[in-house]
Amino acid sequence: MTLEVKVIELIMEQLGVTREECVPEASFVDDLGADSLDIVELIMEMEENFGIQISDDELDKIRTIQDVIDFLKTKGVK
Amino acid sequence: MITGLGALTPIGNSVGEAWEGVCSGRSGIGPITKFDCSAHETKIAGEIKNFDPLVHVNKKELRRYDDFIVYALATADMAMNDAVLNIANDQAERAGVIIGSAIGGLPTLEKEKENILRAGPRRISPFAIPAALANLAAGHVSIRYQLKGPINCPVTACASGTYAIGDAFRMIAWDYADVMVAGGVEAVVCPLAVGAFNAMRALSTRNDDPEKASRPFDADRDGFVLSEGCGILILEEYHHALKRGAKVYGEIAGYGITSDAFHMAAPPPGHEGAARCMTAALRDAAMLPADIDYINAHGTSTPINDIYEAQAIHNVFGDQVSRILVSSTKSMTGHMLGGAGGVEAVFAVKAIEEGIVPPTINLNQPDPAAGELDFVPNIARKKDVRTVMSNTFGFGGANAVLILKKFQP
Repeated sequence: MTLEVKVIELIMEQLGVTREECVPEASFVDDLGADSLDIVELIMEMEENFGIQISDDELDKIRTIQDVIDFLKTKGVK
Repeated sequence: MITGLGALTPIGNSVGEAWEGVCSGRSGIGPITKFDCSAHETKIAGEIKNFDPLVHVNKKELRRYDDFIVYALATADMAMNDAVLNIANDQAERAGVIIGSAIGGLPTLEKEKENILRAGPRRISPFAIPAALANLAAGHVSIRYQLKGPINCPVTACASGTYAIGDAFRMIAWDYADVMVAGGVEAVVCPLAVGAFNAMRALSTRNDDPEKASRPFDADRDGFVLSEGCGILILEEYHHALKRGAKVYGEIAGYGITSDAFHMAAPPPGHEGAARCMTAALRDAAMLPADIDYINAHGTSTPINDIYEAQAIHNVFGDQVSRILVSSTKSMTGHMLGGAGGVEAVFAVKAIEEGIVPPTINLNQPDPAAGELDFVPNIARKKDVRTVMSNTFGFGGANAVLILKKFQP
């Protein structure tokens, strides 16, 4: 499973959204209906699944699905 | 006016099923399946069975809400459907919700503590607090049905559900609202609650015979059986109900609340606080002991409660006790704590509607210390029921009594 697919499956599960909605440029808040608590929970799941830590500063820069994938890549996640 | 009913109980997941259950004397008590109870003294409970939460909440909600919130949403759905009630935008501020709970989301707190121990505080869910707060049952119901008037959550232990309905009745009488969604909910069949009630020696340990474990007023009783469940009533201002042609089940006639000011968990001998509470409800309803047909007792199946409650009934009703039927539906449902007052009010309404008084099951040998009372042993009885008194008494000395009556246009 590619990183992209893994991330999208996590997002579908956590936010209860469809695969079709999970386009790379989809914004968590504007397109996927997430609130700030949803995003915290999603990030916790990412930390748990990919064995990384995401700081609050880093979290602030994440707006879209592509942002998450890019960020995970900079952390060396494959 | 009572215009809608909803119930989710260990003996049925709808009002119809639960009512059929209590009238046929069916027990909802069985082995605990929600967690591994092998190290617990008590291994039985009244769990909700065969319930599909996804009919009422989506997967995301199910993961985030504690069970007590899911149960309250499901039961509110049933009650709102039963009342055929849609709250239009212009009525939202005149509609409210009061749902009581004794312990709220204890299972969530327990699980999150396990997360801390396993992986540290960074692994605590951001939804832990909103899943645990007891008032979030009412909160989520208000969001779903856009109820923008009064909202509250009485936390008065085993009397919480009755406080909720009584206070909602006041909200309408005091003109704070035209419609109130009111009831009680509990869902704490979890290791901590069972262990903690065991530590108090409050629970029955009749593990080898679960259906016989809850036996209020029987000489052989050995404690209450912990259960989960929810009961909700739709209360409506008279003209509001009349104007929309609502089906009226009955009405709340009186509400009494008192405090024992005695002990953190035990009632005083003779339970004078309960007696004062029953008297207060009668006074509020402008009724006399002779006006009550049926008492749905608190009747928990603990050694102390049942005797003292029976004594309090004798003190309030005097020689009227020879005429009044007294039963404890907890003999079948177990004790739903904050949910009890809600579910038992639903049973009170059904008793009036159907002219049937549900029995006290497992009553083979009435405790002589309870004196002469007709506990409707083991078999339901037909009776024209015009009025019901519903008793609930909670830890902390919190007592609440409702009187419900037949609607006479």
